[in-house]
Amino acid sequence: MDSNNAIIKVNGLSKYFQVAVREAGLKASTKSLFHRTYKTVKAVDQISFEIGRGEVVGFLGPNGAGKTTTLKMLSGLLYPTSGQVQVLGCEPSRRSADYLRQITLVMGNRNQLSWDLPAVDSFELYRAIYEIPRQQFIRVRDEFIEMLELKDLVNKPVRNLSLGERMKMEIVGSLLHTPKVLFLDEPTIGLDVTMQRRIRTFIEDYNRRYSATVLLTSHYMADVEALCKRVIVINHGKILFDGSLSQLVERFSPLKTISVTLSKPIANPSQYGEVIEQTSGMVKFRVPKASTSAVTARILADLPVDDLTVEDPPIEDVIEKAFSHEGL
Amino acid sequence: MRHYLDFYLTSMKIAIQEQFQYPVANYFYMIGMIAEPVIYLVVWSTVATLQGGTVGGYAPGYFAAYYIVWTLVRNMNIVFTPYGWEMRIQRGQLSGELLRPIHPLHSDVAYFAGWKVVVIVLWLPLAACLALIFKPSLNPTWLQVVVFFIAIWGAYLIRTMLLSLLGMITFWTTRVGALYELFFAFELILSGRLVPMALMPGWVQTISAFLPFQWTFFFPINALVGNPTTPDLLYGLGMQLVWIIAGIFFARIVWRLGIRRYAAVGN
Repeated sequence: MDSNNAIIKVNGLSKYFQVAVREAGLKASTKSLFHRTYKTVKAVDQISFEIGRGEVVGFLGPNGAGKTTTLKMLSGLLYPTSGQVQVLGCEPSRRSADYLRQITLVMGNRNQLSWDLPAVDSFELYRAIYEIPRQQFIRVRDEFIEMLELKDLVNKPVRNLSLGERMKMEIVGSLLHTPKVLFLDEPTIGLDVTMQRRIRTFIEDYNRRYSATVLLTSHYMADVEALCKRVIVINHGKILFDGSLSQLVERFSPLKTISVTLSKPIANPSQYGEVIEQTSGMVKFRVPKASTSAVTARILADLPVDDLTVEDPPIEDVIEKAFSHEGL
Repeated sequence: MRHYLDFYLTSMKIAIQEQFQYPVANYFYMIGMIAEPVIYLVVWSTVATLQGGTVGGYAPGYFAAYYIVWTLVRNMNIVFTPYGWEMRIQRGQLSGELLRPIHPLHSDVAYFAGWKVVVIVLWLPLAACLALIFKPSLNPTWLQVVVFFIAIWGAYLIRTMLLSLLGMITFWTTRVGALYELFFAFELILSGRLVPMALMPGWVQTISAFLPFQWTFFFPINALVGNPTTPDLLYGLGMQLVWIIAGIFFARIVWRLGIRRYAAVGN
C-alpha cells in the first residue's frame, strides 16, 4: 500500500505494563508490604502496519495477544510506551476533539446507553456531544434504525432489551456521528447466529456507504470471513502475519480436505491420503494442496464414488495453526 | 460555546428524565438525609434554651433556619465522589467517556446539575414540613435570595472540583477511599456542616478562611439565613469564584499527568 494513502499508520508501536507480582499466601503478602516485585509485561511489542481508506481488516489473535491493547492505543485510550501511531493524520494519544469526532471504538461488552431510558434519548445526548447537525442526525439515526430493524425497540427502556437488541442499539449510538474509522472489538460477542449475521451485514453496508476504514477483532471466524479481505495475526504482542485471508490459508494450511461419498465400502483407503474420518459410506482425506487434482482423479477412477467435494480446512483450524507458528 | 450549552442542556434533560424514573427512591434518599441536620438542630436548640435562649447570639429560630437550608445545601453538595472515580478508573469505565470529544468533567457537572434541578423541586415540600415543625426565623432580602441561589451552584462547582481532584489520585494509587474519609473529617469541621462557623473557636475560623470548605456550606447558608452585608455577600461569591478557578486549574494539571497512567483495564 502507498504509505501516503494510509489512514492508519503504525510504526514500531509498543505498550508495556509494569505488573506487581507476588506468590500466594500470607507470608508473601506481608513481604510485599516492604518489598514489591514488578515485572514488565509486553502487551504489544514493536508492531508496524498500515491500513488504507475503506479497508476492512481483521485483527486476530488468542486472548491476551495484544489486540485490544492495540485498539485502545489507536483510539487514544492508552499512551504507547514507544513507537508512532497516526490515524487520519492525528496522534490518537492527544485525544483531540477533532480526532475523536472521526473515530469510534465499539466493544462488545461495553454499555454506554442510559440503562433507564429508551435508546432514542441517549442518541439525543450523542447528537449534542458530537455536534451533529439536527437534520443529519435525524437522517442517519432513522437510516440505522431501519437497517438494523430497531423501529419497535428504540422507544423501550434499554434495560428491557435483550443482549442482542442492546448491542444493536450500542452500535447505532457509536456510529451516529458517522465516523471515518471504526475500531470494532468483538462486536458480536455473545450474540446468536442471526444477530451476528445482522450486525455483520450492517458493518458491511456502513463500510460501503461511508467508505469507512474498519479494524475488527473477533473470535467468530464467520465475522472475519464475511467482512475482511485482509487479516493481521498477532500473538504475544507481535505480528505473525499480515496479508489476505487466502494467503493466510495458503501459508498456514498447505493441505486440502477431500470428502468422498461411496456407494459401497472400500478397503485400504489410506493409499489416497491421510484418512481423517471414515464411516461405512463416507471417507475424508487430507492431502497436500499440490497433489489435490491427481488424488481426486485417482479416487474418481478407482472408487465407486457417489459424490466428492474438495475443501480448504475450516478457517478456525488455520488460525489456530497460525497462532502456534509463532516466530515464522 | 453554543456546543457546550447544547450539551449541558441535553445532558441535564437526560439526568432529570433518569431521576424521574425513581421519584420515590429519590424522596426516601432525601428524607433519610434529614436525620443529620435534625439532630444538630435539636442539640443546638436545646443548648440555646438551656443558656437562656441563645448560643453565641443565635436563637433557636436561627438554628432552625440554618439547618433547614442546610438540607438543600447538603443536597447541592452531592457530586460524583472519589469512590465513583475509583470505580471508573480501576474498572476501566472511564474509557467510554474518554472516547467522546468532551471532557468527562463536563459530563459529570452537567449530569449532576440536572439531578440538582430534581433535588430542588423535591426539597421544597420537605422544607415546608420542616418549617412547620421547627419554626425558623428567616427574613432574607431579595439580594440575599439571589446570592443564595448563585452560591448553591458555586458550592456545587467547588465541591465537584475538590472531589474530582481527590478522585483523580486513583490514577496513581488505585484506591482513594481512605483519603476521601480524611477529607470528609476536615470538611465536617471546617465547612459549617456540623455547626455554624461563627460558633467555632477563633483559630478554626482563621484556618477555615484559607480553605475552600466554608464556601461550600457555611457561606451559602449564611447568605440566606444570616445578616451579611452586601460586601460580605460579594466577597463570598468572589471567594467561590477563586476556588472554582483554582479547582479547574489544578484539575487540569492532575488530569494531564494522571491520564497517561490510565490502563483502561477491563473495558
